[in-house]
Parts: sequence; structure tokens; C-alpha cells
Amino acid sequence: MTVATLPKAPTEDKRWRIVEAAMRRQGFDSHALIESLHSVQQAFGFIDTHAMAYVAKALRVPLAKVYGVVTFYHFFTLKPQGKHNCIVCLGTACYIKGSGDLLRAVEEKYHIKEGETTADGELSLLVARCIGACGLAPATVVDGEVFGKPTHEMLMKRIQSKLEGTEAK
Amino acid sequence: MTPEELQSIALKKHEENGKFKHCLHVCVGSGCCSSQADQVLKNLTDGVKKGGVDKDVRVIGVGCMGLCANGPMVSVDDNQPLYQHIKPTDAPTILNALDKAPPDEMVCDTDQPFFKRQMQVVRENSGRVDPEDISDCIAHGAYASLAKALTTMSPGDVIQEVTKSGLRGRGGAGYPTGLKWSTVAKASGPDGRGQKYVVCNGDEGDPGAFMDRSVMEGDPHRVLEGMCIAGYAVGASKGIVYVRAEYPLAVKRLNKAINQAVRNEILGRNILGTNFNFDLEIRLGAGAFVCGEETALIASIEGNRGTPRPRPPYPANSGLFDCPTLINNVETFANIPPIIARGSSWFANIGTEKSKGTKIFALTGKVKNTGLIEVPMGITLREIIYDIGGGIPDGKAFKAVQTGGPSGGCLTEKELDIPVDYESLAKAGSIMGSGGMIVMDETSNMVDVARFFMEFCMSESCGKCIPCRVGTCQMHALLDKIYNRKATPGDLALLRELCDMVKATSLCGLGQTAPNPVLSTLKHFENEYLERIQTSGATNAHGPSAHNGHEVNA
Amino acid sequence: MIAPNTSASVQSLTLQIDGKDVSCRSGQTILDVARENAIDIPTLCFLDGLSLWGGCRLCMVELAGSPRLFAACATQCAEGMQVVTDSPRLLAYRKTIVEMLLCERNHVCAVCVSNGHCELQSLAQKLGVTHVHLPYRYPKLEVDSSHDRFRLDHNRCILCTRCVRVCDEIEGAHTKDVKGRGIKSFIIHDLDQPWGEAESCTTCGKCVHVCPTGALTDKGTAVAEMAKRRQFLPYLTQMRETHS
Repeated sequence: MTVATLPKAPTEDKRWRIVEAAMRRQGFDSHALIESLHSVQQAFGFIDTHAMAYVAKALRVPLAKVYGVVTFYHFFTLKPQGKHNCIVCLGTACYIKGSGDLLRAVEEKYHIKEGETTADGELSLLVARCIGACGLAPATVVDGEVFGKPTHEMLMKRIQSKLEGTEAK
Repeated sequence: MTPEELQSIALKKHEENGKFKHCLHVCVGSGCCSSQADQVLKNLTDGVKKGGVDKDVRVIGVGCMGLCANGPMVSVDDNQPLYQHIKPTDAPTILNALDKAPPDEMVCDTDQPFFKRQMQVVRENSGRVDPEDISDCIAHGAYASLAKALTTMSPGDVIQEVTKSGLRGRGGAGYPTGLKWSTVAKASGPDGRGQKYVVCNGDEGDPGAFMDRSVMEGDPHRVLEGMCIAGYAVGASKGIVYVRAEYPLAVKRLNKAINQAVRNEILGRNILGTNFNFDLEIRLGAGAFVCGEETALIASIEGNRGTPRPRPPYPANSGLFDCPTLINNVETFANIPPIIARGSSWFANIGTEKSKGTKIFALTGKVKNTGLIEVPMGITLREIIYDIGGGIPDGKAFKAVQTGGPSGGCLTEKELDIPVDYESLAKAGSIMGSGGMIVMDETSNMVDVARFFMEFCMSESCGKCIPCRVGTCQMHALLDKIYNRKATPGDLALLRELCDMVKATSLCGLGQTAPNPVLSTLKHFENEYLERIQTSGATNAHGPSAHNGHEVNA
Repeated sequence: MIAPNTSASVQSLTLQIDGKDVSCRSGQTILDVARENAIDIPTLCFLDGLSLWGGCRLCMVELAGSPRLFAACATQCAEGMQVVTDSPRLLAYRKTIVEMLLCERNHVCAVCVSNGHCELQSLAQKLGVTHVHLPYRYPKLEVDSSHDRFRLDHNRCILCTRCVRVCDEIEGAHTKDVKGRGIKSFIIHDLDQPWGEAESCTTCGKCVHVCPTGALTDKGTAVAEMAKRRQFLPYLTQMRETHS
């Protein structure tokens, strides 16, 4: 097999080396498209069209296919996320125990819909299909920390303290 | 490594473990970790070191102990005692009580039916072994079944043993595992190369289910061992574990387990001194429920959009990269080592005539003891909900239990005494499914539940086939209309018609089963639909109603 | 994709379609055999010369002895098979499928350049779809007119993916693909760019001519003028087979 001539990374950003290493580990195999996209998302937090073009070229996959794959899987996001994020689990157990109301409460307070980020780029509101913490239903995740069985007030307080950076931790 | 070396690792580790006077097991599954179990583990470890008793007391993080609602859980010397609701600040109390009577208020009663009525086969080591330490797993029997299969059994023997055990796929459909294995064993590759694959489906996407996650997190080597044995039986040299990216802890533990197994020559070339080779790698899912369908899963592993394709050909004959591919669910693979170790007749003695062994359920919703349970097949729903689950909290009345997630159905009080097995559940209008079990009380609205599942199917539909793409969307709109009291009797008739049509014509299981939650709630709770249906006038306020029809512009 | 039948001895099979005895070679699909025998089974995503898709579900047929339905395009014939292609149940499902397509987006035949040359339209007529009893969705969709010669009107697209497959499999450009999923799926060019800016497009026009509806059309055509020429596809496929 010939060694792939690696396309130039979109920017000087060092994180592209992580992406390159991930693709190299898979031998620049076109079947490793999803793995490669995972590495982009992990390194940058989102996958924009520059990243897609880079991966497409490196793996020799058509551009349209890369775009089709990125938009098929809900784990991938095309836009940068907010500085902080709140995930509300909408799994069955959580829904039965009122996570739908929690979601609406956050939506109303911060004037964003699920999947959106506030205009100031501070908070992203996301939903999950099931984070597998059904024992803690309704479950939420604020900045990566699972927060189980919150009341509306507790969740708002938690989000607000993250936004204001007033948390003790 | 040879089987003898495997045994000496086990002995050595046993000896090491035996030197400790006490062993503290801290549950560090995702559920408990979200209540600071990792901090509990750290405080206990630090406390032992500071107290200078680290030669006497062993502290390890382990997989899920089941009673997630009462987490974080800490078990001292195999539940002597078992502590519940532990906070990081409780660490000194636990350490001080080691040789004394434990403080009652922190102790979890292990004589309660939640523990007594369960039967641990798949989860026997979850909560006991350190999932990040292969020698601890080996000391608890890991890879002994692989050694037995490789050194004393032919691939045909292994398949026969699995067939005789009566094990059926734990992913939901209940296809006989032995039959699947023998089909793959007989299949030949597209170009005579003989390349075959073993794929573990860890894309647990049912909302409300986390059985597979706990197995992968709590005892990852058991899954790898099951896959390895399967590889030997069907003649595959490559295995892929497909895991949801939403399960970072499971991914981490599996990665670690694979690396340790490779380093110990349990994976790779000439496994356990035999001429059997087997490589394993992890592929991450990316958030698509439809990838639980096997042809979609294959498309996803190949780096494509996860859309299913018509079957046949079945993956057993032409799957990953057009090669014969064995796809089983995590729990199915995790059942293999005990079957090989203890024999098919032992396994076949558990359960009912057609459903053998145990099943793990994620018991959640409006029930006192939420968490993971493993029960023998044939147990009744009543025993699960009232004995193990402790009944409905807050003095509310039981209304329904939902099994099988978006492909399943609701069962009511009338069906609580049927045995939990594939056939009985199907006959009652639900399915076994992968193991989600959600209890609903009188406050749950069944139209809302049906709408919730339909919204799920709509957003998870891949869009390839028309009945599922448009049908789920239309059915969701109708359910929304009914829920908001804007629907007419004609809308309800249309909903029924679409249920039948989508079920019959969709390409894959997602679409074919999407109407099930609607059909089963309609069957048992039709009154809840009817009471929201408008019987007169008022429909025109919201535009022409559906059954009036529209002219085609043709 | 189903691998071609490469076994040296091709068996001859007999089966019944709608009560009529027919014979075929092993490896042929029910759809192949039905068409050879002038038995009409409707299709939309299927196109001879392109890979199998199996998405439109219009060619579903009944097989004696099975409660399930089978897609004729994807099901190989077997000895003694008894196929029913036109039961009242199947006809009702087909009608609903066509209605689902009509209500999914905005199909206004009267102002469509493909009026009179549209496979969806003629299918609706043939199946007797005079009314759509499903609620129309009326989504707001765009028309991409950025390409010099062609136009993509998402309002008329039924997502059969013939254009995606012909672009990838025959032209080899893979300019087109599908973005999103479920009801939010759309045909795209390259990185979801306007068609005219998609560098990989060779302007071959094959996609336009395999499109069953007025979604892909030549620019400059007026209402009812856009007839499609599809003869190139069997020809190209045949030439490639004989030269490979």
C-alpha cells in the first residue's frame, strides 16, 4: 500500500496533529471515517466544513459522503458548543419522571431551544436519548457532571453557579 | 501465555487478595459515579493509606451492584455489610467500623427481596472484580472458559454446547444463539479467503435501558471472553465491539481490558498457546438508534450512514465487508463463559422450557427500587415489580409496565402474573426486548407515553424507507393532536390505519415495530384516547381535519 | 449490495406470480421475473443499472405461507414460490405510500415542468389516488438554481436516491449524497454547498435524467416540458459489463 500524501491541515492549530494521528492509526482507511470524525469532535468540540474537507481528503472519501455521515449521527455537531452545557436526559424513565418539564423550564429561562446555544455563547442546552443513569431519573448533566433527581430550582441554581463561576469546586 | 500460566496468575492473585483482612468494594459504575462514588473511592483509598492499614485493607472500584437508586454503594467483604447512600465524608466512619458493628443507618439490608430474588449469572462478578485489573478478573475465573474451549473442545463442540444450552439472543428478538453460530460457521467468505467477523452489538439505544453498559463497565473481560470463544467456534479471527460514544466509561474500561488481554497474550496470535488467533478492536457509535439493527450497524462500522439494507443476504452469510459476520448483543456474549464453564445442562436448567437462563432488566420508572436486576426467566412481572422492585412509591396505584422500549408495549395489572419469557411477553402484546422495564403509576398518561415513543422513532428514523420516514412523522402529529384534544374520531381511525401499514411495509425493525407502543396502549387504554377525542364541531378551528381529504393536484 | 450469482450452473426455477406459471433462472429477483412476464409491479427507487436501494416499499408482494411482505426488488425467486402482487391489501398500502410522498413535500403538478412526464404522478393516476387522506405537511423548502444548466427543487424530491447512486456508481463523481436523517433528510452537493459551487460536479446531467419527478430538471424548461431520457443507463451498464 502506498503511503497517503497527507493534505495540509486547515490551520496551524496543534490539535490537528491529534486528528492526523487518529487517522494514521487506522492507516488512512476510508472505513475509518467515523473514527476520524470522532477525533475531530473530541479535539475541537465540533466538526465544521474545513475539518470535513480535511478528513475527506486525507481518507479519500467524497465530500458529500462526509457531510452525509456527519449529519446522520446526532453525536456529531457542526457548530461550536457554549462554554457551559446542560444535558437533559429524555430517556423513558426520565421522561416518566418529568424531564420534559425540566427541559422546558431551562428553555424558558435561557430563551433557547434544545440543541441551541445562548447568543453570548455561554450555555448550550442539549438533550440525550438516555445517558444510562435511569436510577437517578430525571437525570441531567451540567458541565460533564451527572446531576440526578434535581428539582427545577436545584437545576437552575446549578446552571447559574456554573455560568457565574461561583461554584466552590 | 499457556493455560497453566493463566492458572498461576489466578492462584497468585488469590494469594495476594487473601493477605488482606478486609476488602472494600466501591461501585464506580456510571450511576454511582454521578453521586460522587469516585470521590468516595479516593477518600477510602487515602484513608487506608493514612491510617497505615494499606497492607490489611484493600480498596477497589467495581462495577454496578444493582441498586442504583441507593448509590453510591460500598460493599465490605462481600456484603458484610453493604453500605448505601455513601457520601465522600462517610469514608472515616466506614473505615472505623471495619472490625466493629457497622452503623445501622448506613447499612443496606441484603436480605431484602431485591437481592434474594435475583439470580446472578451474567453479573456474578460485577461488583466483585476490579474491572480495570485483568489479574483480579482472572482470579475470579475470567478466561478459564476460553482455555477450556481452546484446549478441550472443537469448534463444533462449542457450538453444540451453546445450542444445547438453549441460549437465545438477548438483544430482543430471541433468535437461538447456537443456530446463528452454526450458520456463520458453515458460511464461506466472498472470495474464499475465509475471513469472518464477530461483532458485539453494544449500541444500547433503548431509552431507559442500561444493562449492557453495566456489563461492559463492570466486567468487560467477560464480554471479550465470550467474543473470543465465539470467534473460535465460527472460525473468525477478527472481532469488533461496537459501543455507543455516549458511554465513555464503558469505552475506557473495554479499551483497558483489550490492552491488558493483548499484553497477557490472551488476545492476538496463538492465544493460550494454541494456534487460534483473534484480534479485537472497538468502534464507536455516534448516536443513532437504528444502528442497533444489524445491517445498519455494519454500515456504520464500515464508515457509512447507518441505514439498513434489505435482508437476505443475512450478515451471517454476507455482513461486514461482505464477509460472514456473527452479530450478538453484549449480554448474549456475556452468557457464553458460564455456559462453557458449567455446561449446557446447568444453563438449560434455569428458566422456562423455551427461554433459558437469566435476563438482566433495567427496572426504572415509578418503582421503589430502581436499578439493575438479573432474574431467572419465568419469574412473573408481579414478583419483579412488587418483590424485587418494592412496589409503587408514594402510595400510588400501579398502572402499567412497559417492556421492550420503542419496539415494545405496555402490560397491565391483568398480565402481571404471566411468566417473563420471550413467548409469553409476545403473546401478551409486548416483547422481551433488550431489557428496559419501565413502571408507570396512575399519574402517567398513556397517550403521552405513546407520543413519547413515536417522537423517539420519528427522530431516530434513518429516512431510507417511506413508511417509516413519513409514517412515524404522521403518526406523531396525530398523537400530538389527540393529546392536545384537537383530534376527531377520523384521526384515530387514520392512526390505526397507519399503524398497520407502517408495521407491514417498513424496511427494518425500527419501522416495523414503531407502531407497537401505540397499538398496545390503544389495546389496554383506549379510553384514554377516546376521552381526548372531540366528537362534535370545533375541528374547523384548527384547519380542515384529516379525514376530509385533500384534492390531489394531479 | 447483493453479490452477483457467480455459480457456474444456473438453475432453472418455476414459480407462480398471480396464479400464472413462470420460469426463471436462479438468482433473479421477483421483480425481474415479473417484468419479463409483463406483470406490473410498481417501483420508484428501483432503476435497472443502479445498485439496489429497497427504500420505496412500493414493490411489496405477498408470498404464500408467510405473513410478512417482501420487497420484490430485493427478494430472489425460489422454486415453487407463490407470489401475489395485486391483493387489495397491497394496493391499499401502495396508495398510502404514494399519498405519503404527496403529503411529505409540495407536489404541485399543475405548475411543474415535469407535469405529464413524472413517475410519481403517473403512479398516483394508475393507483387511483384521487384524494390524499393524510394531512399535508407543507414544509418550506428551497430551490437550488445555482447550477448553470440544472435545477434542484427540494419540494419535488422523494429521496429515492437514484441521483446519488448514478452520480457515485456510474459517473464516479459522488457529488450528491443525503444529509440529515428521517423526515429531515435532504439531497446535498459536496459540503451542502449550492450545486453551482460544488467542484466535484462534472455537469454530466445523469442525475437529472434518472430523477423520477420534477426535483431535478434542466434549466429553461417550461411547465410540462421536462421529459427525461433514460436510455443511456442500460446502455452504459451493458457497455461496462462487456468491457470489464
